[in-house]
Amino acid sequence: MSPESRKSEPLLQVQELVKRFGGFTALAGVSFHLDPGEVLGLVGPNGSGKTTCINVICGLYAPDGGRILYQGKPIGGHKSHHIAKSGINRTFQSPKPFLSLTVRENVELAAHYGDPNPGFDIDALLAELELDRYANRPAAELNSAQQKTLDLARAMATEPRLLLVDELAAGLNPAELNRMAVRLRALADKGMALLVVEHLMGFIDKVTDRVVVMAAGKEFFGGTLADATKDPEVIRVFLGGGHHG
Amino acid sequence: MLNSRTRRAVLDAAIVAVVVAGMGIARGVYSNELMLFNFVMFLTLSQGLNIIYGFTGYLPFGYVGFFGAGAYGFALAVMHLHLPALAAMGCAALAALILAVVLLPLLRLSGAYFAIASMAAAQALYEVIANPDLEDVTKGPYGVSLSNVFAPALSYYVALAILAVTLLLVVWLRNSRFGMSLQAIRDDSVSAAMAGIGVVHGRTVAWVLSALIAGLVGGVFAWHISVFYPDTAFDLSVSIFSTVFLLFGGATTLLGPLLGVFILYGVYNVIGIAVPQYFQFTYGALIVLLVLFLPNGLVSLLTSRGIRVP
Repeated sequence: MSPESRKSEPLLQVQELVKRFGGFTALAGVSFHLDPGEVLGLVGPNGSGKTTCINVICGLYAPDGGRILYQGKPIGGHKSHHIAKSGINRTFQSPKPFLSLTVRENVELAAHYGDPNPGFDIDALLAELELDRYANRPAAELNSAQQKTLDLARAMATEPRLLLVDELAAGLNPAELNRMAVRLRALADKGMALLVVEHLMGFIDKVTDRVVVMAAGKEFFGGTLADATKDPEVIRVFLGGGHHG
Repeated sequence: MLNSRTRRAVLDAAIVAVVVAGMGIARGVYSNELMLFNFVMFLTLSQGLNIIYGFTGYLPFGYVGFFGAGAYGFALAVMHLHLPALAAMGCAALAALILAVVLLPLLRLSGAYFAIASMAAAQALYEVIANPDLEDVTKGPYGVSLSNVFAPALSYYVALAILAVTLLLVVWLRNSRFGMSLQAIRDDSVSAAMAGIGVVHGRTVAWVLSALIAGLVGGVFAWHISVFYPDTAFDLSVSIFSTVFLLFGGATTLLGPLLGVFILYGVYNVIGIAVPQYFQFTYGALIVLLVLFLPNGLVSLLTSRGIRVP
């Protein structure tokens, strides 16, 4: 980001975002914003629209209403590869590596097509994420935790300013979980904004600055996780059914 | 890293040189030129199919449509525009290109739907060309005769040149970042897009290249045999043979389709001459065995052991 960019303007603004699949409304006008270097947790019951929200922001689906502003410019409905080049990237709930390519080739493609700064060091990134040992092995040989890390490596090779993290923690063991939390926190401390969708509240607590709680395609709480757990509406949605959309 | 990649590309190019030179020399020492020409034709077609199927995962059963478009592009240019053969080859390429662009929306389909839709498109083109009402233009079902440009030797060497260019194209795809990006799209188009790869652009380039190759082969086929019917130019067995050779050898490699053609088309010709009554039985058995035991083709004997195949 350019140093003189206005501090007051959020990096990402999601305004009244709507997404329908046939008769089903997955996003019913959700709004939130995200500042550079901030980690925002997106939590809510299954089917509340968290992953759909990420999919719309990264261009996988075109929105049916509302706006997405990134650095003040609308990006709703843009093609995924343009969004990736503009500095937004993501990981996937179930990892999606290029199985027939090697680990290094996976990252190399993102570092070539994703427009990072010249001289981006792929090997340093692989070493940092402890994938260097498998660099020349096919991605198909990695276990699921390693494939998730490879997703993260590929996203980071495009040098995103905004990283969308979709249930990265699911399926990791406690040690891996802890390491992943430290990694994400370190990325935010270097100025990257993160939007984290996660079910594990311990992980959310470790990583996020602030949470937005969603139900039925709309946000209804914004604040810290500690405050969220005291909010009667949040408790009702998570524990006392009725809202599961 | 770059060095080893360059070394691989040089090694792959050496294979190309051996195959092309071998097919060139064979014409001087073996008298059945038509059989050799068919070898060159299928070597090229199976690699053309490799570019679209091996690298992007789309399997067009109607691949013969581009071949037929090329053959008729050539024939119409010779009959109506009275162009010399080499210029008519340009019209063969153009016809296949136009068809490829018209059929671009098919890439929105996938798997079996794409395969069947492409076959229907090829069939539709065949029906138009074979329409007796168009006799003045295409000679309808009665076939074309291009005896005034008949040149068996020159057309053979032009076919060989098309083979050489096609093989070099596959070598480039095997060893370039663009080829790698196509494989990424094939493996997972969503994460390929998030890696910044233009998915539609990549697929379009592969589709057009693949069509162009089939069109050129169709053109040189028309030139070489000079008398043919719509049934010959749009014969579905052109698609089937190219597909079987490609899958038998192993897609996404340079060597796989080459092996597939040399072995299977070799067997085809040997059986066809020696014991034609066993042909379908033997061929059927070979394909069943392959599907059961080597679904990823002959080269998977090596690749599954971690050995790189050119």
